[in-house]
Amino acid sequence: MSHHSSHSFKANERTVRDGITTVMSQLRARGLADQHAGDVELALVEVVNNVVEHGYAGLGGGLIHIDAQLSATGLDLCVSDFGRPLPGGHVPPMQAVDLDCPRAALPEGGFGWSLIHQLTDVLRYERRGTRNTLLMRFFLTGPRRKRQRSAPPAP
Amino acid sequence: MFLTSTQRGGARIVSVKAERIDAAVAIQFKEDMRVETEGGPDRVILNLSDVSFIDSSGLGAIVAAMKQLGAGRRLDLAGLRPMVDKVFRLTRMDTVFTLFPSLEDAMAELEG
Repeated sequence: MSHHSSHSFKANERTVRDGITTVMSQLRARGLADQHAGDVELALVEVVNNVVEHGYAGLGGGLIHIDAQLSATGLDLCVSDFGRPLPGGHVPPMQAVDLDCPRAALPEGGFGWSLIHQLTDVLRYERRGTRNTLLMRFFLTGPRRKRQRSAPPAP
Repeated sequence: MFLTSTQRGGARIVSVKAERIDAAVAIQFKEDMRVETEGGPDRVILNLSDVSFIDSSGLGAIVAAMKQLGAGRRLDLAGLRPMVDKVFRLTRMDTVFTLFPSLEDAMAELEG
């Protein structure tokens, strides 16, 4: 089993929902199991939301491209856009949101990257010219071998 | 609109009649929650049994809905399906809200 597909859609809240639904239904039709599909969809939604809300914010929109490569052992999703680069030129580190505060001060955002880190097995960002590409890899067999990619090296 | 509400026992029960609470509906959700919970009982139960998917924007909207209830009122969540439950656990929001497997479980606590 090996399957490649490409998708492009405009970066706004309504069109991305339809775009991601299309990507997910194709992946399911090509054999992506339900046990993985939920995680994949959530990670993809969070990444694409970031592009819409930050990457293209104030730029009048743009296009989002998704390349999917599905095999028996893994799924690679490459999300590309031509918006702003990620701050500092890299993926924000894994950071749990601080919930140890009075109810009125609880955060209403900032959960996205934490979810993306926890749901993916490999996360790699590249800025080339004006193009941002984020690779997400999901292992589909065996135990998850999640590494803390953004943590500093152990002393 | 995609919220309906009833009053049962001492609680206002708000049910979400939608499959997704995501970025496209998050602001609307928060505003509708305000309307549905205004002036009601102190305890509000949000029935999520029809919701199969929530993203961080939807989660933020639920947190906002809880905060806008004000002091002395509480928002409990009931009927979380697997991917919704997972979002609450991965963000540790399961330590902020009381989660019930079903609306009946949430009501049982109220009556028991």
